[in-house]
Amino acid sequence: MGIVDTAARPAIGGGLRLQWEPAQEAHVLLYPEGMVKLNQSAAAILTRCDGMRTVADIVADLERAYSTAGLSPDVCAFIALAVERTWLELRP
Amino acid sequence: MSGQCAMDAERPGPPLWLLLELTYRCPLHCVFCYNPIDFGSVGRELETGEWLRVLEEARVLGSVQLGLSGGEPLVRDDLETIVAAAHRLGFYTNLITSGVGLTEPRLQALKEAGLDHIQLSFQDSTRRMNDFLSSTRSFELKSRVAALIKKYRYPMVLNVVLHRLNIDHVEEILRMAERMGADYVELANTQYYGWAWRNRAQLLPSRAQLRRAQDATARFRERVGPRMRIFFVVPDYFETRPKPCMSGLGRVFLSIAPDGVALPCQSARMLPGLLFPSVREASLRSIWYDSPAFNRYRGEGWMKEPCRSCPERGRDFGGCRCQAYLLTGDAADTDPVCGLSPHHHLVTEAVERAERSAAEAPLAEPMAFRDYRGGTARD
Repeated sequence: MGIVDTAARPAIGGGLRLQWEPAQEAHVLLYPEGMVKLNQSAAAILTRCDGMRTVADIVADLERAYSTAGLSPDVCAFIALAVERTWLELRP
Repeated sequence: MSGQCAMDAERPGPPLWLLLELTYRCPLHCVFCYNPIDFGSVGRELETGEWLRVLEEARVLGSVQLGLSGGEPLVRDDLETIVAAAHRLGFYTNLITSGVGLTEPRLQALKEAGLDHIQLSFQDSTRRMNDFLSSTRSFELKSRVAALIKKYRYPMVLNVVLHRLNIDHVEEILRMAERMGADYVELANTQYYGWAWRNRAQLLPSRAQLRRAQDATARFRERVGPRMRIFFVVPDYFETRPKPCMSGLGRVFLSIAPDGVALPCQSARMLPGLLFPSVREASLRSIWYDSPAFNRYRGEGWMKEPCRSCPERGRDFGGCRCQAYLLTGDAADTDPVCGLSPHHHLVTEAVERAERSAAEAPLAEPMAFRDYRGGTARD
């Protein structure tokens, strides 16, 4: 698993789409001829990956939203995995 | 009706995958086409407004992946309208096309309408095989379309249907795909339904051919690395476990035929004793959840032995109902591809016959090219 630069700005990968599906009561990530149903924490991270916010911003935002601290390792690990799976691309 | 029903354990999930076969019309005459043999006699195609209503109803049910196929979907001049409506509704839109008719103005309009993805299939009838493999007409068409697809920033996804008459050329096919800049190549062996079933004796490859093709693919993969991803789909006649066809009939996949008949798989119209409702007569919700035809092969109640007591029944759903019907005459039988099926010999015998006839005379029997009269054009 790669190491993520917290100054990078993750964005949903090209050709993919993230959306809320009422019928599944979940966020899903859509890609050619396929779909991943996201759990709550994956959705909370991915919906914040807009290509504008840095990884550090996203961590801070999540910690605020969930009134907690120390999320950085988990968030970075997930983002690294998502990049590996091409769900996310990192912008400088 | 509110869409929010109590979750009943027996109640199927939504039809996540919606395939619209917009037309059976096609400029090509492929011998391996899975369209029904009698597609010329299928009723009037749905009109634009009817397709749009199907999209709206499906989206409410929870459909999210949309395939636009045929026939050749580009034959319909309302394809752009359909894509635009689908995109607005939140579908992820996939166009499955031979590329014939994909001009730059149309691709630009489709991109603007929100088309998400294109899968370009190689048409390849034996009549055109030399053409296809020798960089002439059809190669030029495909190259032109491939360049357009890249220009409009879609991944270049190629689907090539393999069979006895072209499987020995896998290496050339892959080289051609590489020259075209393909990102993904699916080498899909023919599945024996429709026209392909009719031509099975001529299309089934031999074991040796299959092995050579797999070896060639592995060598190629090693050379190109991740730059071009290659998927090789083995024909299931060479397997001893059946494919989980459609992930189980009526579980996630809903297909609408050109005349509006709703099907749990594109080939299911052949299954006897089932009356598949038309979207012209019933709502998609009632068709998906309540129609006897869609409920017939849900769950496990319909299964016979050896499926009924098999630990793998929840994984493979007994294989393919159409294949069971074509091979044994009973759609509730275990798919004979399964080594546990008492009819498995029907599959192994077909493979053995193919081995013999491939060795003797590659084209001893005439082949039926897909056409509107049920196959009168011969090679």
